[in-house]
Amino acid sequence: MPEIRVTPLGAGQDVGRSCILVSIAGKNVMLDCGMHMGFNDDRRFPDFSYITQNGRLTDFLDCVIISHFHLDHCGALPYFSEMVGYDGPIYMTHPTQAICPILLEDYRKIAVDKKGEANFFTSQMIKDCMKKVVAVHLHQTVQVDDELEIKAYYAGHVLGAAMFQIKVGSESVVYTGDYNMTPDRHLGAAWIDKCRPNLLITESTYATTIRDSKRCRERDFLKKVHETVERGGKVLIPVFALGRAQELCILLETFWERMNLKVPIYFSTGLTEKANHYYKLFITWTNQKIRKTFVQRNMFEFKHIKAFDRAFADNPGPMVVFATPGMLHAGQSLQIFRKWAGNEKNMVIMPGYCVQGTVGHKILSGQRKLEMEGRQVLEVKMQVEYMSFSAHADAKGIMQLVGQAEPESVLLVHGEAKKMGFLRQKIEQELRVSCYMPANGETVTLPTSPSIPVGISLGLLKREMAQGLLPEAKKPRLLHGTLIMKDSNFRLVSSEQALKELGLAEHQLRFTCRVHLQDTRKEQEMALRVYSHLKSTLKDHCVQHLPDGSVTVESILIQAAAHSEDPGAKVLLVSWTYQDEELGSFLTALLKKGLPQTP
Amino acid sequence: MMALPYITEHTGFTGTVYATEPTVQIGRLLMEELVNFIERVPKAQSASLWKNKDIQRLLPSPLKDAVEVSTWRRCYTMQEVNSALSKIQLVGYSQKIELFGVVQVTPLSSGYALGSSNWIIQSHYEKVSYVSGSSLLTTHPQPMDQASLKNSDVLVLTGLTQIPTANPDGMVGEFCSNLALTIRNGGNVLVPCYPSGVIYDLLECLYQYIDSAGLSSVPFYFISPVANSSLEFSQIFAEWLCHNKQSKVYLPEPPFPHAELIQTNKLKHYPSIHGDFSNDFRQPCVVFTGHPSLRFGDVVHFMELWGKSSLNTVIFTEPDFSYLEALAPYQPLAMKCIYCPIDTRLNFIQVSKLLKEVQPLHVVCPEQYTQPPPAQSHRMDLMIDCQPPPMSYRRAEVLALPFKRRYEKIEIMPELADSLVPMEIKPGISLATVSAVLHTKDNKHVLQPPPRPAQPASGKKRKRMSDDVPDCKVLKPLLSGSIPVEQFVQSLEKHGFSDIKVEDTAKGHIVLLQEAETLIQIEEDSTHIICDNDEMLRVRLRDLVLKFLQKF
Repeated sequence: MPEIRVTPLGAGQDVGRSCILVSIAGKNVMLDCGMHMGFNDDRRFPDFSYITQNGRLTDFLDCVIISHFHLDHCGALPYFSEMVGYDGPIYMTHPTQAICPILLEDYRKIAVDKKGEANFFTSQMIKDCMKKVVAVHLHQTVQVDDELEIKAYYAGHVLGAAMFQIKVGSESVVYTGDYNMTPDRHLGAAWIDKCRPNLLITESTYATTIRDSKRCRERDFLKKVHETVERGGKVLIPVFALGRAQELCILLETFWERMNLKVPIYFSTGLTEKANHYYKLFITWTNQKIRKTFVQRNMFEFKHIKAFDRAFADNPGPMVVFATPGMLHAGQSLQIFRKWAGNEKNMVIMPGYCVQGTVGHKILSGQRKLEMEGRQVLEVKMQVEYMSFSAHADAKGIMQLVGQAEPESVLLVHGEAKKMGFLRQKIEQELRVSCYMPANGETVTLPTSPSIPVGISLGLLKREMAQGLLPEAKKPRLLHGTLIMKDSNFRLVSSEQALKELGLAEHQLRFTCRVHLQDTRKEQEMALRVYSHLKSTLKDHCVQHLPDGSVTVESILIQAAAHSEDPGAKVLLVSWTYQDEELGSFLTALLKKGLPQTP
Repeated sequence: MMALPYITEHTGFTGTVYATEPTVQIGRLLMEELVNFIERVPKAQSASLWKNKDIQRLLPSPLKDAVEVSTWRRCYTMQEVNSALSKIQLVGYSQKIELFGVVQVTPLSSGYALGSSNWIIQSHYEKVSYVSGSSLLTTHPQPMDQASLKNSDVLVLTGLTQIPTANPDGMVGEFCSNLALTIRNGGNVLVPCYPSGVIYDLLECLYQYIDSAGLSSVPFYFISPVANSSLEFSQIFAEWLCHNKQSKVYLPEPPFPHAELIQTNKLKHYPSIHGDFSNDFRQPCVVFTGHPSLRFGDVVHFMELWGKSSLNTVIFTEPDFSYLEALAPYQPLAMKCIYCPIDTRLNFIQVSKLLKEVQPLHVVCPEQYTQPPPAQSHRMDLMIDCQPPPMSYRRAEVLALPFKRRYEKIEIMPELADSLVPMEIKPGISLATVSAVLHTKDNKHVLQPPPRPAQPASGKKRKRMSDDVPDCKVLKPLLSGSIPVEQFVQSLEKHGFSDIKVEDTAKGHIVLLQEAETLIQIEEDSTHIICDNDEMLRVRLRDLVLKFLQKF
């Protein structure tokens, strides 16, 4: 029995280190290869030894697909391809291919240079790993091999994020990666056609949340920032270099312009600046409005936002600073946070999800006394605000996508188990689609029943179609033909053609029955009586009286002859082929009953 | 693309138009420029009576020789352009687009311009490739996808180079040296051009050339209503560029060096000669502007401004117009005219290489490619040469493509497939008889297992005789094979028939069952059972005969 098997190596009832193994029609595909932000030990990478105990990954996996450049989706890639060893193709979109190595290098630097980790992947490994990448266009059908094909769809979320359809023959799986069903200030909404996959693997970060309108959140955000700077406070917005940073920058930029504000906005240098450049060059991946106006005014060329210098943090007076990383777990954002935390006039706005164990997570859960390295205790007096600007689909969005793609079943990953359970129930009840949520290392097996494609001869098909179109097609018609199987070539042809092709002669089997009737009339008259009898009885059939005196019903021939011995009797010869057997035998039985007396 | 509004806006066409994103964006710019140029010189009156053949005959040349004047149309408006473009659905390279479930259409990179495409139109068993405006040279766009064109039944080949004798690389070199020479002598250079395409390559060459040629202080002007948009758009289609340019974007740097030329103020762009340009204008300089026909657009002003001095040079790079004809109304001219047409599309040598590589069963092309150009009739190498010889077509001619459709795809449901009983006829070839219900939806065919025969409604009185007429639509299989007489007789005996007599005939045998007054004629490929009206007997005989035959 053919089946689809799915095993999450990461992101099964969890957020982080996304990595899902899919086996479909004998092909093995690995979806994403991420790291976990919350761990610093072995658990930060997926357990690749699960894939194959002995033997090379390259032999086992047909391809690897990376959905977008966030580290929890691609962070383990160099480790996987260079340290564990994989030489097959890695597919991702162009922007992902461009940005991914930079984030990996950044991640490597923090791990090796700052935390002093040994046995980590090197810069060269990142480069070698990226050489194995094949970039794909949106909607391009990529033929991985003769049977396996993949296709990318726009996913919103971040620049270059894509959903992937994996297809072998008539079986298919769609993997969403992270996606966003509502367009935001810089990206469009995810979209997929009604591709009816056997399985849809979707993220479920916000499985239980239905977010209020974006406009309200934006207004709220602007109001808080504005109020803080009005009273002379400083605003810290920890962000990741790509994604929310650009969205919030556009938001503040337009607000500053409209309100004619002079308070400086800074942007932590380095990566983020470079990031804006990527947005400029990959503007075709952003939303319609930005694309339309970019010639006149490129939205990613900010007038009010300037590069940040470390020294600015001690400047007096109000300011707004975007700093990386987004979860306040290291780097510049944490430095600034420590400087400003003591002043209640200041504010920190967390615009995204924070993984457990990070400073961001601690302050969001209400902790106000933080223990830092060196036993220092940091008292947080500044205001802490959380605003979800994460570009993940909410429950409504997930349901919407499931509705769009119309899968046979759904599998949830990239979410918390409790919330997933709720969403699963909702999907099963409202959409009547079976839904799974395996934990890491747990395998879901879905039997599939792929239909078998064969070639049908056009002659046979046209003949059948023409008849199928008759108005009395209420009763299903049966199509008869012969399937010729030669090697792996399957063709369905009419039986006549099959005989001809194989050089076989048709063997005609004919029956002729003698029906004796007592009748003294002449043969011709007899035939005429048979004709009128049959004509009135068999209304649905074509009954003809031929000039040579014989009668035909469809292809059945009836002739009247004199009886050789009994002059008072006549013999009706009824002749038919094996193909008309039922009608033939019915006619003989009918004629045997005799002809009705002429009135 | 440039004629699209005529089709979508004036013919009642209601279908979808497919194109790649760069094609749409840059096509829009080209049309916008054209409309802008035309609208700058509004015509108060228009004459059409001269188009009458009898009058046209009497007009002076070239009006006299103009062809198909009755089909000449007014230029479209921007409104029509926008409306036409709104009917386009964007597609990407290698995207498979299903049309009505019958054919699949796929654009492929043709290597000629940003987003330029060849197309594959295929069903499950037939494949037609449309190759138009392709280039094998490495310029800025993604290289041409040749591999996907393989196994075509028919390859339609058009859009070959218009200047088969000119080598584009040599022309670029000539372009640069002539430009440098003129500037050094204190003259100005005018380059009539389209606002997109070859200009990107020219600017790139100049970027590398100007420093070595000592031209770094000479201003370059690009004047077009869409100059800015064209330069900006060229930078954002990273995915449609050649590998070299793509890797630049990954750094991230702009893929085309004209960004740097603009930044360093060496290249300046203006929407027209009015406004800022007149303030910034410095001579000697290089001006890129349209239209290459020299009939309208800003180029006209420069021709009149610079035409009288022999220091100046006009360099033609676009191959679409004959430069002599373009210059005709400006004669006599003192300025130098250099003709270096740059056409990177396929030449005949590349075509024959391509055809060898792709090996289509048939080639279809316009008539003029099947003979050498009229001006160089001895050049037998300037025509398409392939086996079988190409089928040619002319304007408004309908051509029947040389293939016959024989098969179509149908899907067999797994339940049905399970029920099939294949039997091996010859080594490696198996047959199975299929009786199934055909379902067709959206031109997709599926075979489902036949419904289980409904239980006959027993107990009900039969109303009419005709109800009992068997449904002859239940087809009996065809038979094949032949009946060995001796074995057949043995088998008859085994089943209790006695008194069997066998007579030989010319073609076979006749088996007589005297007791039952039955006659069985057996020949190589037919059997005829003649008996009294005894259904039981007939069925018994039938089954015995069938045992020796194969059913299909």
